[in-house]
Amino acid sequence: MARRIFPIALWPGLIAAALVAALSFGTLVAVALRAESFSALSEFDWMAVRFTVAQALLSAFLSVAFAIPAARALARRSFPGRGVLITLLGAPFILPTIVAILGLTAVFGQSGFVSKLLLWAGLEPISIYGFHGVILAHVFYNLPLATRLLLQGWGAIPAERFRLASSLHFGPSEVFRHIERPMLKEIIPGAFTVIFLICTTSFAVALTFGGGPKATTVELAIYEAFRYDFNLGKASLLALVQVVICALAVAASLKFRVPQMGAGGLNRVVQRFDAMTLRTRVVDLFWIVAVSLFLLMPLLAIALRGAAGMADLPASIWGAALRSIATALGSAALAILLSLALALSAMRWRGLEIIGMSSIAASPLVMGTGLYIVLFALTDPADWALPITALVNAVMSMPFILRALGPALAGAERDYGRLANSLGVTGLNRLRLILLPRLRVAMGFSAGLAAALSMGDLGVIALFARPEAATLPLQIYRLMGSYRIDQAMGAALLLLGLSLGLFYIFDRWGKHRA
Amino acid sequence: MLELQSIRLTQGDFTLSADCVIPAGARVAVIGPSGAGKSTLLSVIGGFETPDAGRMLWDGVDLTQALPHERPIAHLFQDNNLFAHMSAAENVGLGIRPNLRLTEAEKARVTDALAAVGLSGLEGRRPAELSGGQQSRVALARVLVQEKPIILLDEPFSALGPAMRGEMIGLAKEVSERLGATMLMVTHDIADVDRFADLVIWIEDGQCQPPRDWGEMKANPPQGLKSYIGT
Repeated sequence: MARRIFPIALWPGLIAAALVAALSFGTLVAVALRAESFSALSEFDWMAVRFTVAQALLSAFLSVAFAIPAARALARRSFPGRGVLITLLGAPFILPTIVAILGLTAVFGQSGFVSKLLLWAGLEPISIYGFHGVILAHVFYNLPLATRLLLQGWGAIPAERFRLASSLHFGPSEVFRHIERPMLKEIIPGAFTVIFLICTTSFAVALTFGGGPKATTVELAIYEAFRYDFNLGKASLLALVQVVICALAVAASLKFRVPQMGAGGLNRVVQRFDAMTLRTRVVDLFWIVAVSLFLLMPLLAIALRGAAGMADLPASIWGAALRSIATALGSAALAILLSLALALSAMRWRGLEIIGMSSIAASPLVMGTGLYIVLFALTDPADWALPITALVNAVMSMPFILRALGPALAGAERDYGRLANSLGVTGLNRLRLILLPRLRVAMGFSAGLAAALSMGDLGVIALFARPEAATLPLQIYRLMGSYRIDQAMGAALLLLGLSLGLFYIFDRWGKHRA
Repeated sequence: MLELQSIRLTQGDFTLSADCVIPAGARVAVIGPSGAGKSTLLSVIGGFETPDAGRMLWDGVDLTQALPHERPIAHLFQDNNLFAHMSAAENVGLGIRPNLRLTEAEKARVTDALAAVGLSGLEGRRPAELSGGQQSRVALARVLVQEKPIILLDEPFSALGPAMRGEMIGLAKEVSERLGATMLMVTHDIADVDRFADLVIWIEDGQCQPPRDWGEMKANPPQGLKSYIGT
């Protein structure tokens, strides 16, 4: 038999897996032990459950529905700026939620550009608070994701099939029926469930745009039970309800092949003979322009109004910014350390990787609730606000990091494992001399991702932080709450710059000399 | 001398069996049809596969359970013989110390080895900045500093053109002579065998024949070898 040689010690990976399991599942135990009985759920709580599911269903439906024509337009048109637009479709992933929210407010809010346009046309302006705002923000976040996933689907259709279609004189409707619809049938269920899952656990959107009996999600109800009533029993019960919703969504997603976000297949434009008519050209142009405007206008608004607001930022912003940077760097370091340890040991025990991925179905707010309960028994949780934020965000970013590190590690071992074994390069030497240099690109990207994700965190930190020790997103939320919108915009521009800046620096470091 | 005593290794429906003695200092070509088990034989000797039965001895010492780096063996694989992120000198230096912390004297040995294979002045180049032939030379320089009594070559030069391959086989021969090492090389090409080997192991369907003198084998080839060469 093939001799199994394990060049790296197993225990760091086991420790990492134990830590992740404790955070993903251990916190559930803490929550379950503390929870009140289910009969304690009020009418208001049930409304929150209904709203959570309803808004997630509608957000997922709208995101996918708009993504279909948008992705089709991108798949069959080549135009200057196409590459930039596709890159931009990936940006919401590392865009701090509070920044997106402020951007959407600036465009669609009461004094925003769209409202002014509607008023000018003699129509009622839309309200961004409540149901509409939550849906709008979720579509803003997930339409790009859905578009990218579908674009990959289109990219995976062999060009020969379209050539065959044109030789058979297929019109657009036949092409759709015989070529595009089968692909969509395969990708849409997975994309839909992923977006549904994301929307059930997006706390910051509900915190800012939601609220009140008609637009409170379960996570927001957890936060309110915590922050306003300090009712840990109620908060825990709601956390369990959230877990049930997530678990059902995950169970549904297991039924479908969940599409993987990759870089492949995005840059290919297939020449389409069925899409030469003027009508299809106009339709495609409309969708490309509409999606670009929908994505760009809020960011542009932040840049313009934020630049004005930068001038008179309150002093508290700078302290918050420093805390955010420290948290982001700590989180990136933790995420890389845990993911690397786990990925190395997962070469031997595949199951460990599943533990590392488990947080994809976890709610950071539930994790935070569990940690709060545990810490509350021992000490003042507020003292631990920043480390806990760093840790929870590190664990939340692990599924994405493992997906980047895993293949890179497997490739390095496949190419160089035998040679390294024959030379006796094992243990720390193996890590230092061979694996880390080979993983550099993936690690730079991963560290940037983890830093940007935790930089934008507005979930765990809201549960834990004291008013005087807030991070930048929390401070922006407070400025919004006290209607200092211009200062909030300025701070949001700062946050955006810091998040993208950290991502850029890490990613650049990884690609340097690679 | 290298002794393979009743070695058996089964992988699915393929079974490798070897029972033979290779004298110290010999240059042995391992030939046979594709899928006959040539690379598997080298994997067993190198310690990447553990046989289901049998023993392997070097100078009377049982090495059957030894890890690859504990064996007195230097390797050249089919590909990926150099770490792409390391300079030529670092790639060679790994043959002296796996942690790459070299003394001045050891660094001088690296420089000498690179000079011996004709790469003076190219110590700082990375594999991507070297030609295919130069990359093979770096790998041979590492074999030189490893100073192991056994060298296993698994078609390491197959990506090179015929002239360059001949040159590299000549260089490999020089390296083995310099070290007084026993050398086993898998190859497809009879011209390589002529150039390099004094003994030949013929493998067919996993059956590994004892090494025979190449001249004698050519004069009196086994049936399989006749159809392999096509004479």
